[in-house]
Amino acid sequence: MRFVDEFRDADKAHALAAKIAALCEPGRQYKLMEVCGGHTHTIYKHGLEDYLPESITLVHGPGCPVCVIPMGRVDDAIHLASQPDVIMTSFGDMMRVPGSGGSFFDANAEGTNIRMVYSPLDSLKIARQNPDKRVVFMAIGFETTAPSTAMTMLRAAAAGLTNFSVFCNHVTIIPAIKAILDSPDLRLDGFIGPGHVSTVIGCRPYEFIAASYGKPVVVAGFEPLDILQSIYMLMVQLSQGRSEVENQYSRVVPWDGNLVALKAIGETMELRPYFEWRGLGFISHSALQVREKYAAMDAERLFQVPGVRVADPKACQCGEVLKGVLKPWECKVFGTACTPETPIGTCMVSPEGACAAYYNFGRMNRTRVAEAEVARS
Amino acid sequence: MCLGIPGEVIEINADQPDLAKVDVSGVRRLINIGLLTDDPPVPGDWVLIHVGFALSKIDEREAAAAMEFLEGIGQAYEDEINALKESVIE
Repeated sequence: MRFVDEFRDADKAHALAAKIAALCEPGRQYKLMEVCGGHTHTIYKHGLEDYLPESITLVHGPGCPVCVIPMGRVDDAIHLASQPDVIMTSFGDMMRVPGSGGSFFDANAEGTNIRMVYSPLDSLKIARQNPDKRVVFMAIGFETTAPSTAMTMLRAAAAGLTNFSVFCNHVTIIPAIKAILDSPDLRLDGFIGPGHVSTVIGCRPYEFIAASYGKPVVVAGFEPLDILQSIYMLMVQLSQGRSEVENQYSRVVPWDGNLVALKAIGETMELRPYFEWRGLGFISHSALQVREKYAAMDAERLFQVPGVRVADPKACQCGEVLKGVLKPWECKVFGTACTPETPIGTCMVSPEGACAAYYNFGRMNRTRVAEAEVARS
Repeated sequence: MCLGIPGEVIEINADQPDLAKVDVSGVRRLINIGLLTDDPPVPGDWVLIHVGFALSKIDEREAAAAMEFLEGIGQAYEDEINALKESVIE
């Protein structure tokens, strides 16, 4: 426990909160975006917003890999899974994400064979055990997860497996951040940088945010005190008029990232010209596809994929939530038509989604309800 | 799947040195340590595991904090451990 207290100490949290408050310029409003869904989870779980002065708003970003998958790609995956002799493998988080005709669970009730796996590597065993089937891994995730898919492909190639392929939906965080910075909807003052993504890509890719947009970035850990410390570091930079990339999570994140992981991604995958993100729309060079060298493992080359764009349900405002324009509770269907049990949008499906995190931890105090009512009227 | 979970390396697989047996909250499974070839872990080291791959080495203090955090988040961590139990990496 003595280890943990170091990251949880309430006295330390209050001390940090006081230091943060002291750095706020009177009359100035600060909007800081936490990019990663894991951070959103910590913020709601521990009610960190209650430690912050009113002038600091935390804006939840697009860093939930399940949340950003557009409905059309879910439909494409179900189409792939419906092909003869296909076994699709998927992380459990994807199973309840709604496509236009239902989720993977619904598709299985109709006869597809979509199996939950813990790791892409589990797909290889399934492929070996079912030599007469074609095993397609539904690959999703940011740079945290892409190396696992890449390493699995390299392993399959080394083993000479011919019945394993990947439906690649890996996305890259930097173009999404850039799209948000270029969006006229939102004025941000700084970023709490993602922790696990940065173990792979390191801190350098964020330098353009500091250099070209003049916004500070602090890569942060996942403990409540990590996040408060990172907010403090951002506020120090803002108060001194600096914009730099700093690494609060250096105990896990190396400045240069994981070169082995980056090499594995580069060997097997390349940037797509464009990719649709739920809520953010089409973003150039924001996702990965399988390189031609590994065409035999690319489900998009092996099968016909419809690739039909499907608009989100009208009531769903995940797009605004993912861009940080709306708070979860400001969405018209939050907690009424859309709940974790019957999600309409992806933000309510994944535990990392801002809506699910907010719904589960119920941190809706009176002030915020009042704010929401004003915003709606 | 988005979680990074700490595990203690128990042994390196003799036949396939890019695999290691790890202990996560008492669950022992094989994971891949191929992403750490620049600084390979040894038994007794702690690693941060994401979807069956060790992403980075961490110290015991960080592991304890991360574990406490994960146990506190409830369902998502239980789902992750249950998924790990089903894992058949070989």
